[in-house]
Amino acid sequence: MSTPVIKVENLSKAYQLGKIGTGTISRDIERFWITKVMGKEDPFLKIGETNDRSVKGQSDIVWSLKDINFEINQGDAVGIIGRNGAGKSTLLKLLSRVTGPTTGEIKVKGRIASLLEVGTGFHPELTGKENIYLNGAILGMRKKEITRKLDEIIDFSGVERYIDTPVKRYSSGMYVRLAFAVAAHLESEILIVDEVLAVGDAEFQKKCLGKMGDISKGQGRTVLFVSHNMASVQNLCTKGIMLEHGMIKAVGNIEEVVREYLSKSRAEDVVLADISKRKGNGKLRFVHGHVGCEDNETIETFKNLTIKLDFNLDPTVVIAQKRIDIGINNFMGDRVAWLSTSNINDAFNIQNNSIEFTIKNLPLAPGDYSCNIYSEINNEVADWLTEVMDFSIAEKDYYQSGKLVPRNQGSILLNYNIK
Amino acid sequence: MKNDNPSPDWDLVIKGHTSLFDVKFRDLWHYRDLLVMFVKRDFVSFYKQTVLGPLWFFIQPIFTTIVFSLVFGKLAGISTDGLPQFLFYLSGITAWQYFADCLTKTSTVFRDNANIFGKVYFPRLIMPLSIVVSNLVRFGVQLLLFFGVMIYFALNGADFSPTYGILFFPVLIILMAFLGLGIGLIITAITTKYKDLSFLVTFGVQLLMYATTVIYPLSAAPEAYKKYIQLNPMTGIIEAFRFAFLGKGEFTAWSIGYSAVFTLIMLFLGIIIFNKTEKNFVDTV
Repeated sequence: MSTPVIKVENLSKAYQLGKIGTGTISRDIERFWITKVMGKEDPFLKIGETNDRSVKGQSDIVWSLKDINFEINQGDAVGIIGRNGAGKSTLLKLLSRVTGPTTGEIKVKGRIASLLEVGTGFHPELTGKENIYLNGAILGMRKKEITRKLDEIIDFSGVERYIDTPVKRYSSGMYVRLAFAVAAHLESEILIVDEVLAVGDAEFQKKCLGKMGDISKGQGRTVLFVSHNMASVQNLCTKGIMLEHGMIKAVGNIEEVVREYLSKSRAEDVVLADISKRKGNGKLRFVHGHVGCEDNETIETFKNLTIKLDFNLDPTVVIAQKRIDIGINNFMGDRVAWLSTSNINDAFNIQNNSIEFTIKNLPLAPGDYSCNIYSEINNEVADWLTEVMDFSIAEKDYYQSGKLVPRNQGSILLNYNIK
Repeated sequence: MKNDNPSPDWDLVIKGHTSLFDVKFRDLWHYRDLLVMFVKRDFVSFYKQTVLGPLWFFIQPIFTTIVFSLVFGKLAGISTDGLPQFLFYLSGITAWQYFADCLTKTSTVFRDNANIFGKVYFPRLIMPLSIVVSNLVRFGVQLLLFFGVMIYFALNGADFSPTYGILFFPVLIILMAFLGLGIGLIITAITTKYKDLSFLVTFGVQLLMYATTVIYPLSAAPEAYKKYIQLNPMTGIIEAFRFAFLGKGEFTAWSIGYSAVFTLIMLFLGIIIFNKTEKNFVDTV
């Protein structure tokens, strides 16, 4: 039964950073000249740089995926996990042929249906039924195939009453139900699903997950599932692939891969000295950062979190005023918390060349975060770095209820009880 | 990359670099139902929640014709080859508009559909093809208007007569559609990188109309400019269209042959460039 249905060989995808489209005609001509006329290697694709957001690269090209190799067998349910920017979405896009790889190849046996988003191509003016046909056709179904399954789709969606109403009059929940219903009834050997299930109400989510389980277990089809939600990944999948900085970090049994992923929420050491994207006069310069909990195990909510910064000082400067701030941003880049020496009476000795902030009973919700670090010497900006020192707080059963804390329910966890 | 022929076990091989001529016509055929859906969608969404509905298809050519008759016919007094002015302009506008619509609408395919193209795969060519077919429906409706006006003038004793050229009418439609499609495909592929080109299209098409025999017959063009006007591949098509239905205009094997060759080259180039662009355009738009 273990015939491979997807084989990925040396797959890489490069993206160009910065502006595309300004002054590129001359560059395009230069590139064309070097690669096509002179037959040399493309100089704009420098080999060997990984996609690490915290390190400023040498060229404008970043490898979102780098030399990926794996095989997926028929009937496998594979969870693809990794932090934001690890290359999960890029991998999905390549697999679903939305964009092409830079090098390498993917071999596929059977039809692929991908759900990067439900309801792609829905037209607000068309009725529910018309949209089922349109969306089905976009996903690659033939008309008679849709007609054959129409009743089943409408039944699954649970919007029979409104099926002849334009979808612009639908509630967003109904819209998603209908869209998922179409996608779930695709007859494909391989199904690729992004985190689209994070929509709709709890009951419908359960229905979707159940349907996906049926697809992989009951019907022997292959499912690739990308999610941040370790609980549903573990529930649905038998195998796992973990990506980090565009490379495969772990492959194998889902339990092991998830454990590996969670252990990544452990202390993070970051070299700050060679980041070139920084502002300030350099009278103080951050060289090293560390985020972690006291036991050096996973970073978890309600533990004490320590952020330690090491820095160098310009020995010629007489320090009259000093200040160090840390801003914590969530994965969307929104500020969730701020720590500053300017706002607290604790004294610190800057001549130690290091400072340690300790947050007691960390209230932040599970997820990915990054820090902005800022320093001031004699009322002038000395060193200022943004979006550095990424860390993640592990998903865990924080309230001992046997359930994970749901995402999108606020950015802090409260220590509460009910009577 | 080592061996180019994929092992027969695999149904699909996704590679970074493919040959220039790797157009997936089989895929295109498989998705033919989608083309029909897109056409239906365009048509339905066009007249839903409008008062006049499909009547809008008539309003634009009628008003343009009236304005042209006033400005170019009455004020400027440009010859219409002895044909009734209204009929002359309407024939030019109807045919030109189909070409212009095919061109301008396909020239923004990548930009208009970036969202859907970025989420799901289907042969991208389906989209421009559906535009050409949608416009064909519209053209067909406008043609009815033209026929109506023809009958009206015939009953009132106007001097014109359809010729054997009508037999070539299907060929003319295909030429107009493919010429617009071919140029549109090239432009949409280039505009994914160089966006300013799209500004050129709107007024470029408008200007091109004046270099085509829409508002004047080729016979009335000054001798010095005539050969440039004939270089425009649409001239041969519009002239042939008039000759077919109204009996006036230049219709030679040369003029139509030139347009046909030009169209085929454009279509060929368009499909290749479009096909080359579609793989990675999601990254640049």
